[in-house]
Amino acid sequence: MGKSSLHVLKGINIEIDEGELVAIMGSSGSGKSTLLNILGMLDVADKGYYSLDGIHIKNLNEKKAAQHRNDFLGFVFQSFNLISYKTALENVALPLYYKGMGRKERQKKAMEILDRVSLKPWAKHLPNELSGGQKQRVAIARALVSEPKVVLADEPTGALDSKTSFEVMELIKEINKEGKTILVVTHERDISQMCKRIIRLKDGEVSEDINLSNGSL
Amino acid sequence: MFDRDRWQEIFETIRKNKLRTVLSGFTVALGIYIFIILFGFGNGLKNTFREFFLDDANNVLFVYSGRTTLPYKGYKSGRNIRFDNSDSQEINASLEYFIEYYSPRIFSSGIVSYKSESNNYSIRSVGPDHQFIEKTIIMYGRYINEQDIANKEKYAVIGRLVAIDLFDSENVVGKYIDINGIAYKVIGVFQDSGGDNEERQIYTPYTTQQLLTKNTDKIDMFAVTFRKELGHAGAIAFENELKQLLKEKKFIAPRDPGGIYVQNLADQLKQNQQFASVLQTIVGIVGIGTLIAGIIGISNIMVFVVKERTKELGIRKAIGASPKNVIGMVLQESILITTISGYIGLFLGILTLSGIGESLEQYFIKNPYIDLNTGILATIALIVCGGIAGYIPAKRAASIKPIVALRDE
Repeated sequence: MGKSSLHVLKGINIEIDEGELVAIMGSSGSGKSTLLNILGMLDVADKGYYSLDGIHIKNLNEKKAAQHRNDFLGFVFQSFNLISYKTALENVALPLYYKGMGRKERQKKAMEILDRVSLKPWAKHLPNELSGGQKQRVAIARALVSEPKVVLADEPTGALDSKTSFEVMELIKEINKEGKTILVVTHERDISQMCKRIIRLKDGEVSEDINLSNGSL
Repeated sequence: MFDRDRWQEIFETIRKNKLRTVLSGFTVALGIYIFIILFGFGNGLKNTFREFFLDDANNVLFVYSGRTTLPYKGYKSGRNIRFDNSDSQEINASLEYFIEYYSPRIFSSGIVSYKSESNNYSIRSVGPDHQFIEKTIIMYGRYINEQDIANKEKYAVIGRLVAIDLFDSENVVGKYIDINGIAYKVIGVFQDSGGDNEERQIYTPYTTQQLLTKNTDKIDMFAVTFRKELGHAGAIAFENELKQLLKEKKFIAPRDPGGIYVQNLADQLKQNQQFASVLQTIVGIVGIGTLIAGIIGISNIMVFVVKERTKELGIRKAIGASPKNVIGMVLQESILITTISGYIGLFLGILTLSGIGESLEQYFIKNPYIDLNTGILATIALIVCGGIAGYIPAKRAASIKPIVALRDE
């Protein structure tokens, strides 16, 4: 919240279609996290046009932004950001609470999603009783539970060892196959290679936009 | 506000964060508790004060004579004034409107003996009204009456401790004691709340004393009570009239500060009432001070709690909580905690005060109490202030962008 302003993004023009799995790459300071935050309505752009699922995202008040986030977006963070005093199940069920869903229904749905990420036996555990990979899977489950159109993952593997990283990416790929649009911010080449499209940022501009899906699909 | 899911969420948060809850609840309860105790003690102090000074007979005037300081109508200054029976008669005749009780007093002392026991006691020779002026309580027998005065009877009313000293028993009515070689019949034994000294006094009819001292009609001083309904202004008027009358009769210069001295408890009464109101103010200031200290304590805790939860609130916002939702949750939780613990503090405070009761009387705290309205008002003030203190940081936390809150590792 400093007073001095810094232009991080200097003109980005990209379009992401439904069902894509996009890696946003770049060295630190290239503006990849800022881009993700703007896409996630956690931050606002000074200028420009952003449309999500046909809705023009502009001049949102906090309440509207919260509503859109709840309806359209799921977040996965590098540091998991689970609520430490809530169990895995409660963490996953929380977005549904803010959607106004009843308690029984949320529990049931959260359990389904936890089962989907193979963590059903760990539902009653607190985050600090889980491994890093498990925590990130809980976070992914939480991002998915409200059935968002887009999942935004900010360095989802940044705090994990390479084996766990691949497991988490496999999960992300599987979810993508089910039709979710997923954006992954990363600076790791291996991780980006597992996506279908790589957008490389440099000094606030798109320096490269490679489509990998042609070969693999 | 009455959303069942919201309450469930709050209870869950409280249950999972016991230390934080207990800490803030403890601050509130302690704040209220200390307020109740201090305020109650203040009231106890006031009770003691009232009992000491305000409940006593305070409509008494003690009138003494002394030397004049001004020459007047051919009399030199420095003349010694003494009262006599004619003064009594004139005062009673011309100031009847004001007077409730009137009694002359003659002071003496003497060796008092019964059989082999003897001791030195001070003797007050008085009239029948003296019983009511001094609030003497008769335990056995009776007090001096008009007949005794008229007949100049050698009767004595002795203090409880005199009876115990001389007779080793309290009920000694009808026995004879020897005062300075003259036999007096004990007609009554009294007690007095004024302490041991008062209970070692002996009362005799003032006419008897006058007869024994060369059949004089002199009086040392007199005590007179005015009718209570006259109030303070009436008491002052009475004092002035009394002085004027005596000065005229005794040829004392109207402006002479000497000659006649009047000790008027009405002035003292007024001073005491002023002191009581000062005490009340102090109690009030102490109460408000504690309350403010409590409010500051709660505010600190609230700021701390919200600060601690910044990240959690950021997560909640990222997954779809609106700012209103976040503020509402924090506020509702803090009001719930302050209300419950506030009333616990109130209850414990009142319980402690009633438990103390009379046990601190030797420290001048008698029957400490707090009136329930004051207690509840203070509790509500604390809850409201705790709410405000929680609202400001909660609002700030809610307006921080989730990304900033989440970055705060």
